[in-house]
Amino acid sequence: MKRFLPLAALLLAVGYIGSTLRAPKNPGAFDVNAFGRLPVLVNGRLKPLDTVARGSLLQLQGRQTVTTPDDRRLQPSEWLLDVAFRPNLADGYQHFEIVNPDVLAIFELRTADGQGDKRFSLKQLQPKIAELQRQARLADQVESAVRTPFQRGVMQLYGNLVHYQRLRHAFVSPESADFLGDLLKLQDNVKAGVEAVRARQAGQPHDEAAAKAMTEIGEKFVIMAESTTFHVVPPAADNPDQTAWRSAGAALLETFRTGAVNAAALAYAGFAHAWRNEKAEEFNKLAGLFRADLQKRFATEFGKWDAESRFNAAQPFYASSVLYALAFFLGLFSWLALPAPLARSAFWITAVAWVVTTAGIGTRMWLEGRPPVTNLYSSALFVGWGSVGLCLLLEAIYRNAVASVAAGAIGFATLLIAHHLSLSGDTLEMMRAVLDSNFWLATHVVVITAGYSATFLAGFLAIIYIFRGVLTRSLDAATADSLSRMVYGIICFATLFSFVGTILGGIWADQSWGRFWGWDPKENGALLIVLWNALILHARWGGMIRQRGLMNLAIGGNIITSWSWFGTNMLGVGLHSYGFTDAAFLALSSFVASQLAIIAVGCLPSRLWRSSGTAVARPAQ
Amino acid sequence: MNDLARQFRDFFVSLKLTVVLLVLSLVLVFVATLDQVNLGIWAVQEKYFRSFFVLWNVKGIPVPVFPGGYLVGGFLLVNLISAHVYRFSLTWRKAGIQMTHAGLILLLIGELFTGLLQEDFSMRLEQNLPRSYSESFRENELVVIDTTDPKTDEVVAIPETLLKPGSSLQHPRLPFRLVVKDYYPNSALQMKSGAPPGSPQATQGIGTTVTAVPQALTYKQDERNIPAAWIEVAGDSGPVGTWLVTTIAGTPNSAPVLRPAQTFQQAGRSYVIAMRFSRSYKPFTLTLLKFSHDKYSGTEIPKNFSSRIRLETPAAKEDREVLVYMNNPLRYDGFTFYQASFEPGNDKVTVLQVVRNPSWLIPYIACTIMTLGLAWQFWIHLAAFIAKRTRQPQAA
Repeated sequence: MKRFLPLAALLLAVGYIGSTLRAPKNPGAFDVNAFGRLPVLVNGRLKPLDTVARGSLLQLQGRQTVTTPDDRRLQPSEWLLDVAFRPNLADGYQHFEIVNPDVLAIFELRTADGQGDKRFSLKQLQPKIAELQRQARLADQVESAVRTPFQRGVMQLYGNLVHYQRLRHAFVSPESADFLGDLLKLQDNVKAGVEAVRARQAGQPHDEAAAKAMTEIGEKFVIMAESTTFHVVPPAADNPDQTAWRSAGAALLETFRTGAVNAAALAYAGFAHAWRNEKAEEFNKLAGLFRADLQKRFATEFGKWDAESRFNAAQPFYASSVLYALAFFLGLFSWLALPAPLARSAFWITAVAWVVTTAGIGTRMWLEGRPPVTNLYSSALFVGWGSVGLCLLLEAIYRNAVASVAAGAIGFATLLIAHHLSLSGDTLEMMRAVLDSNFWLATHVVVITAGYSATFLAGFLAIIYIFRGVLTRSLDAATADSLSRMVYGIICFATLFSFVGTILGGIWADQSWGRFWGWDPKENGALLIVLWNALILHARWGGMIRQRGLMNLAIGGNIITSWSWFGTNMLGVGLHSYGFTDAAFLALSSFVASQLAIIAVGCLPSRLWRSSGTAVARPAQ
Repeated sequence: MNDLARQFRDFFVSLKLTVVLLVLSLVLVFVATLDQVNLGIWAVQEKYFRSFFVLWNVKGIPVPVFPGGYLVGGFLLVNLISAHVYRFSLTWRKAGIQMTHAGLILLLIGELFTGLLQEDFSMRLEQNLPRSYSESFRENELVVIDTTDPKTDEVVAIPETLLKPGSSLQHPRLPFRLVVKDYYPNSALQMKSGAPPGSPQATQGIGTTVTAVPQALTYKQDERNIPAAWIEVAGDSGPVGTWLVTTIAGTPNSAPVLRPAQTFQQAGRSYVIAMRFSRSYKPFTLTLLKFSHDKYSGTEIPKNFSSRIRLETPAAKEDREVLVYMNNPLRYDGFTFYQASFEPGNDKVTVLQVVRNPSWLIPYIACTIMTLGLAWQFWIHLAAFIAKRTRQPQAA
């Protein structure tokens, strides 16, 4: 039985991953998945609507599922369809997260009024929207770095409401009860109507009703075009600029010039009609036709859009974080009972999770056509990936579950960090001009991030050393020695990578900005990691520290690395300050405090260590 | 060797000194990074890195509170060199460490030279307007230009640092004195009608309609100080007049209303008086032909900036077009021209950064040596580790 435990764990993990890879099922008769795979241009990137739906939900409420007042669970694409096509229903959905009690006070709402004590619907917010706008105008005058939590909460909620408005105006006019009917009528009358408007402007006799109908619908189009940033209509086939996608409103305004209603805009009005009147067959047929039409021009792109929707649905990083947590606990238990089988199980589960994150990162690279690290979100993924990769190597050599526990902790923590970083919007962003260099992104950024991975790994191994030594009797001489060798080796690796990465950054800076070193905060952060690792190595070579000193200094590496990873961006100066949420400051401070506390524990005299007499008293190797 | 000399040697070759210096540099870099929020990058470099001591102002007296970059770097250099001379031995095992440290020595020396020799300028080019000079990012100068000869201007430039209120400046090339009536290191212009009473008075030029009010000094990276001065031109037979000069008036970079030069006649010659960004003239001319600024479709996110520029030398040795864009500078005559900035909403202007750094190659050489050294060292450790593990296979 014990022999088969690792195999069972492996099969379980693979089975779990397999279950996430199944094609997503439609919740009802409507082919909402087909709708979710249709393309839209937002923030310079063409992506499936499914990505927009998920990203919007994360931005609005920090999670991807919505529960309606009548207790139905909506898939992201279903939610988007309701927001865009059945605004009366969607306005009742509680999908605006408000956690700041003072912001809640604006609306005279209590936490108990919200779903899960923090999510509210537009209908609940509606009565006091004017007051929120006034507060937002006040907060807008304050520089973002010095806003109070209340002002930040106001700005965030206001931004979310604006985003919601953009979604509502992305496809059809939310004011119109039968937009498809309006468009079809327009199609029939556009010529006469335009003539009537021209005649009216010229002060000549005209058909007043026709002219009025034209201006009325024209105003609707203008509102649509001005209220959205979602460009759902592809450029005309003969347009030389094939990136010139535009909003439905903008495309519909062209009707008055061309005399023909844009086909894509008409298709979305058709979707609205079918969705509103619950005509699934019509909806699915339209989805098939519209896609077939687009696919003639965007065959290769559809490959990516389909893959991206599947990738979204599979949520590989969520699945890996579950496996990492499992591996962490299995590794811990292996020190109490069944050491070999549990350690092997933890190893295999870690390996599966690592393969899944590898595939996830690879997919992102393929979708984006970029090296793995392009923004903070992807750096979090990559730091975890690098650390866990090193852990797998260590565990393959030492087989004592130490590296698996570290892998579980770091893998889970970095994916958690990544999740929080993903709340601010699409994580596959377009690169700003100054960073637009695949060569340097692939070398400098990847190498320096690998240096972060290694420094963190050394720190977490050191934490394991201290916790096992102080709290348990399990830190015997052999374990202590092997941990010490691991930490030392990883620090050597970290020194090499952070140094080479820093140097490559210097060369990039010389190429782009004319100076090798500019004392920019992010550069200094990288330098601090190099200096810290060099300090540990020299202190050890000089005999100034032994095993415990090595461990405490390695934990100090966690502080330095977290500061240079996130802290430098919070300063808001320099070339690397590419934006950051203020809330993260608290998280960083608590992390630093926790590391200092662990170092303090590590400094306790040996007699207070439960493992004393086994390893701690021994001199370093 | 006597005891003192031995102690001296042991101090400088010790690893303890290395560790102490590393700790000092960590603290220095960390505090300097935090202080950038207050001082900006440039002032921080002067205060923390290009100094022997970090000085704190205690009631007006500068007190050294921490070793500065030159001191820590200098000691690190001495420590490195002496340790290597003392412990040097030619073995493969040590080759990696030695190469790494040799590279580090070179890197530190290179950084020192960069600090001493590097010059940074900005060059603002307007479309089809040839320019043969770049301008300092921070320094300004008072200029009096003799424009009598339409073919050549004769320029007398006085650095801003000499402009002390009440001082009188006499230049051998000028047939008059310049008296600094008042001087603000940073200022803003406003209409004279709203000026507080008692502010300095100009009798000629734009200073008769507008005046400057003092502002707090700025250290922000994207802002620069706008000095203003009231300069009286005093001839043999008494004052000619007092002019208000500031870097935002009377220069080609100024707003159209403020652009006209301030001129006067003295001793039968014509002069222009102005305050401007310190200039560095080049033996060649650059002309902006076209500035392109691409954005990602449907967004304001910049995708690419590029400037098509014509490069000419007076002797017509060079006359060609070059394209400067992100990560692709123009290197010419020891200068490097980078696409640095642009003026939002004005696609007829480009802003280049001009750098002259004679020691730019040193970091490249140093880093190559260090990387090879580290890689070699890492390889030796790895090989030893693998050899050890194959000799003693794990019991599990």
